[in-house]
Amino acid sequence: MSWPEFGIIAFRVVVTFVLLLVVTVINVWAERKILADMQSRIGPSRAGPWGILQTVADGLKLFFKESVIPRKVELGMYLLAPFLAIIPAFLIFMMVPWGKPFMIGDHEVALQGADLNIGLLFILAMSSMAVYGVVLAGWSSGSKYPLLGAVRATAQAISYEAAMGLAMVAVVVFTATQGEGGTLSMAEIVERQTGTWGDISPVLSFVPRWNLFPQFAAFAIFLVAIVAETNRAPFDLVEAEQELVGGFHTEYSGMRFAMFFLAEYVNIFSMSAIAATLFLGGWAGPTFEGSLPGLISGSLPTIYFLIKTYAIVFIFFWLRATLPRLRYDQLMTLGWKRLIPAALTWLVISTVAIGFRQFGAPWS
Amino acid sequence: MGVIREFIKGLRVTGGTMLRTITGEELVTTEYPKEMRQKPPRFHGRHVLNRYPDGMEKCIGCELCAGVCPAKCIFVRGMDNDPENPTSPGERFGFVYEINMLRCIFCALCVEACPTEAITMTHLFEMSTTNREDAIYTRETLLMDEKGGVPHMFPDDELADMDELAVADGWVKATAPSGMTSYQGVKMWQGTPGPGDWDPEPGQSELDARSPTEDDDG
Repeated sequence: MSWPEFGIIAFRVVVTFVLLLVVTVINVWAERKILADMQSRIGPSRAGPWGILQTVADGLKLFFKESVIPRKVELGMYLLAPFLAIIPAFLIFMMVPWGKPFMIGDHEVALQGADLNIGLLFILAMSSMAVYGVVLAGWSSGSKYPLLGAVRATAQAISYEAAMGLAMVAVVVFTATQGEGGTLSMAEIVERQTGTWGDISPVLSFVPRWNLFPQFAAFAIFLVAIVAETNRAPFDLVEAEQELVGGFHTEYSGMRFAMFFLAEYVNIFSMSAIAATLFLGGWAGPTFEGSLPGLISGSLPTIYFLIKTYAIVFIFFWLRATLPRLRYDQLMTLGWKRLIPAALTWLVISTVAIGFRQFGAPWS
Repeated sequence: MGVIREFIKGLRVTGGTMLRTITGEELVTTEYPKEMRQKPPRFHGRHVLNRYPDGMEKCIGCELCAGVCPAKCIFVRGMDNDPENPTSPGERFGFVYEINMLRCIFCALCVEACPTEAITMTHLFEMSTTNREDAIYTRETLLMDEKGGVPHMFPDDELADMDELAVADGWVKATAPSGMTSYQGVKMWQGTPGPGDWDPEPGQSELDARSPTEDDDG
């Protein structure tokens, strides 16, 4: 590997990491502000303009607080769990392309942490790993409420990961028909969503070529599944305050708690980013190259990506302000009896339809 | 499908509230220390010991407030007035008057019990202190000043709203029976609604009518 290549890779990773941290800081503030608006309140307004530095203030406070270690904890696991929660959260976002690749000299700079050819599988793997952080935190705390939260997290993650994976499979099958051969690479999936549906019918030449339109049912299932996967209201049984004090992080304080908190918000953003990438075309959009200065048309894809992602992040906040928490059996019913059958049915329907389009009817 | 309809109905409630809050239509909270809200007229805040317009103290040291107080937070000791230079129009005056604000439940029974309207409640509620001794309000803190304002424990505090102190709930009951006649019928300060205008004290008018010159001459 030559030095320029190394520099480009370092740049990609560092910029992606910083971007994620910055949007997380904004997300925490945005959630509090939006929640306040939905409850006729003002919300954070003191730290910085419109209270935008509230997260920084909270973070500093948590950083200087004592991290209490209760006597009965399983020390190794207890110290490891916050890292197990936060590292997968960051790694997931590394897969997401957040801007259009550009050229410096003859080197291509992809605005993405890493473009794995098994990107989607890696995302699934990491989102399963994230559960270990929660489970180990609950188990190692040596206390009943965290343990209950951890047990809930296990069952919930398994149930909804299946639906999430099946919705992804439908997209992957569909994407395979959009270019040459199938792909699991996130960059390639976005690439295949550029342009419009104009080639199907001239009427559709203003409709962007997003997977959302042919795969609308998969999108709905995916949306429900990621809310459950990130343990957010109305699926936040893992940390149900009214029943389990703080859930799996009851015994954590100070910076260790802050890491769980950060992981939750990083997960919200990365899951929304994945939904935007798979269904809403990621950074794809009109860049007006040539008619606009290069810098603007080069940064427009990133802006499109952020707009799409924040639209989904907003849904997370909206759901939290609206819906009461599900009962545990309702959660399981929704997961196993509704979402998974629906995802399977959709996969069959979509695959059959794609097969007919690709190869024609078998009897013809 | 009923579930989905209900779901959308719920989203519309929160979404609509958000839009109305952003436009300021439905905002129910205020940025408190920056922006004080108008309190209801009969708000039960901290106490004040009123004076008559001529400066006489209304408290006569009868201890009825201390007796009626359910929290037993008022301590009063009366003392005979100096006949030459009386503090209150009555026989005695409240020589010691202390209210422990940590125990007070702000029920205003003391206000109802007071025979001379000496103790009333203001709109002040910012009474936090950093030690318990400061929470015991003494006569000096409770007594209204000459202009009808209420002394504040910490006048330099950023929460001390001096304008609010100046319009404290110090409504005045005519003038003292043995007060100066030139003050008869004069309302000096009127805060929030009290029992309304009061007639002159019976003795005061008579005293005026029976001024020595008129009486003696016929």
